[in-house]
Amino acid sequence: MKLSEVKETLNAEVVVGQEKLDMEVKTAFGADLMSDVLAFAKAGSLLLTGLTNTQVIRIANVLDIAAIILVRGKKPPAETLSLAKDLQIPILTTKYVLFETAGRLYVKGIVGCLEKVESGSARI
Amino acid sequence: MLESDNNLHKRSFDIEGGNFTNAGTVSTRIKSILKEIGLPDTVVRRSAIVCYEAEINIVSYAKKGVINLTVTPETVEIEAIDEGQGIPNIELAMQPGYSTANQQIREMGFGAGMGLHNINTYADIFDITSEVNKGTHLKMIIKKH
Repeated sequence: MKLSEVKETLNAEVVVGQEKLDMEVKTAFGADLMSDVLAFAKAGSLLLTGLTNTQVIRIANVLDIAAIILVRGKKPPAETLSLAKDLQIPILTTKYVLFETAGRLYVKGIVGCLEKVESGSARI
Repeated sequence: MLESDNNLHKRSFDIEGGNFTNAGTVSTRIKSILKEIGLPDTVVRRSAIVCYEAEINIVSYAKKGVINLTVTPETVEIEAIDEGQGIPNIELAMQPGYSTANQQIREMGFGAGMGLHNINTYADIFDITSEVNKGTHLKMIIKKH
């Protein structure tokens, strides 16, 4: 699915990365615990989260996350915005809650970057 | 940087305890250094993840610390050395879900008790030593191949 279709599916607003809407994405991970994101999210995935601090952007950079989807109508603060622009990481914001966001993407063919956690961890 | 010595790169970065605004900057820098060297994506990502966890730990629990990066022909070695509260029970701290994080750390999305466990998962070799009220020393090695 193209990022532009993700935007439409979620009635999302593109906050950063208007020029990257042609990017293809296939997988996603959703969490508000950054340690879990570090443990489980895979490169090239969408990151669905309600956290808006700069750590989210740095983690997305470290993990090669394709784009960040801020759920529950969260708007990123100025320092998060400028870091996302510097590191060229797209941010979309949607009013849907995390569960609804994940469900809407799932029925359109986006799958989780892992299904379940075996013995506490999953390695890249 | 010692470029003459068989592709060996050595860099050292200071980390300030309690500075959550800058937390993660050293890891992003190390990631771009490793990327520039041309290492495989998975090696770069795994190095960046263990470095990030170690950096967040120093910011969260120590007064100050240093992260040393050494790239040898076979490995990426990351050492995180801090002056801080130390870890009384390493075995317990390694368990997924165990955390002593305060509210400030948790509000940033950390303190899930996954840090050391993640490092153990992503590093090929992980050594940890710690002394209460002195500090903690992590050594993480990621093999290039």
